[in-house]
Amino acid sequence: MPGLTGLFIPLEWDVCTHTEGGEEGLIIGVGSFCARPLFPGLGPEFYWINNQLFQAVLGAVLVIAFWLWVSRSHKLVPGKRQYFGELAYNFVRDGIARDMLGHDFRKFVPYLVALFSFLLVNNLFGQFFFFMFPTFSKIGYAWGLAGLTFLLYNGVGIYKHGLLKYLKNNTMPAGVPWWMLPLVMPLEFLSNFIIRPITLALRLFANLFGGHLVVLVFVVGGTMLLTWTEGPLNGKPEWLLHTAGGVALVFSLAIFALELFVSVMQAYIFTVLTAQYVASALADEH
Amino acid sequence: MFPLESGMPPLTPEYTSELVAGVVLFLIILVVVWKFVVPKFEETYAERSAEIAGGIEKAERAQAEAAEALAEYQAQLAEARAEAAKIREEAKADAAAASAEIRAAAAADAERLVANARAQIGAERAQVVQQLRGEIGGLATELAGKIVGESLAKDAAARRTVDRFLAELESQPVEQA
Repeated sequence: MPGLTGLFIPLEWDVCTHTEGGEEGLIIGVGSFCARPLFPGLGPEFYWINNQLFQAVLGAVLVIAFWLWVSRSHKLVPGKRQYFGELAYNFVRDGIARDMLGHDFRKFVPYLVALFSFLLVNNLFGQFFFFMFPTFSKIGYAWGLAGLTFLLYNGVGIYKHGLLKYLKNNTMPAGVPWWMLPLVMPLEFLSNFIIRPITLALRLFANLFGGHLVVLVFVVGGTMLLTWTEGPLNGKPEWLLHTAGGVALVFSLAIFALELFVSVMQAYIFTVLTAQYVASALADEH
Repeated sequence: MFPLESGMPPLTPEYTSELVAGVVLFLIILVVVWKFVVPKFEETYAERSAEIAGGIEKAERAQAEAAEALAEYQAQLAEARAEAAKIREEAKADAAAASAEIRAAAAADAERLVANARAQIGAERAQVVQQLRGEIGGLATELAGKIVGESLAKDAAARRTVDRFLAELESQPVEQA
């Protein structure tokens, strides 16, 4: 189901149209995450203009619009709009930046605010119309943000301490006996410079990917069972299949609620960890 | 099962554009938030805390002013009291001095009057005595002459008699001064 309609059809079809032999139809699996090109007529070199890119752009536009809206014409005594804006802003500013970074936190507030709001809106796309698809379950987006965070915390660390001292801080923890260093240094290096960005991206991606998959299992699978008309399946009578489908659909509400929580949680965790990495890069002793 | 563009789906991006789009969109948001949103919020917060701090400062200033005014008023009051006491003391002292002066003046006047009177009386008395001595001598002499029948006027013995008589007369206490 290619084309612009691909934007508003939350049900997942195998539409990896650029691949040979892609099967069409209801599927639940990796193929459910295939992008749907918006203008397939233009040819494969324009396939990157797809529903997920549109979602990401719309998410960015929403985020920017929200922040500009709530930061307009501020008053000392806030009205409802400003109050809501301050609530959202303080959540990141005080709840994340100041708690993690201490007195230098102001410099990093813009990054953290942008990060949290962009993540949150895109994650919530997984639970709301019209997309029903979390943008960050496409790992490319997650790699991008994790890469930026990697650059940020290493950048500020090197800027503050200089390359050598920064490397020393991050590979030679204070209080480790010298004969342990050959063992500790590679581990610390691996942990601080390689594992961190990878886990950051994978944690975000995998939570949303898995969550979306579970939603698909309950919703799409439930729908398939509920509308089964081809007689007994594996010896199960049709009425049993229909009941199971109905139960699955009802239960999918609970799954949606869980995913809602996971979406917010992951946006929060990504932001907190970014702040944490920056804080540890700025710390004098690791 | 679902051969995708690259490597190991879903751990590698389907399109490189995902990565680029994620980074670019985020950077756009970052710039907007950085340049327009955060300064606005921070400005509001700074203004708000300045306002609160200013209010507290103003109240403190008013309180200080009130305390100062009270102290000044009390000082003035004390000063006025001291002045009143001083004036009262002065008045008392003045009155005492004046009364003493008046008394002294009155006493001096009285003394002077008494002295004058005494002097006058003395003078009058002396005059009277003088007069009387002359008259009484004359009278006595005349009387004695009449009695004896001869003039004793030039007689020394007669003069001695008269003088002795007058001396006796003088030595007698005077009944009426």
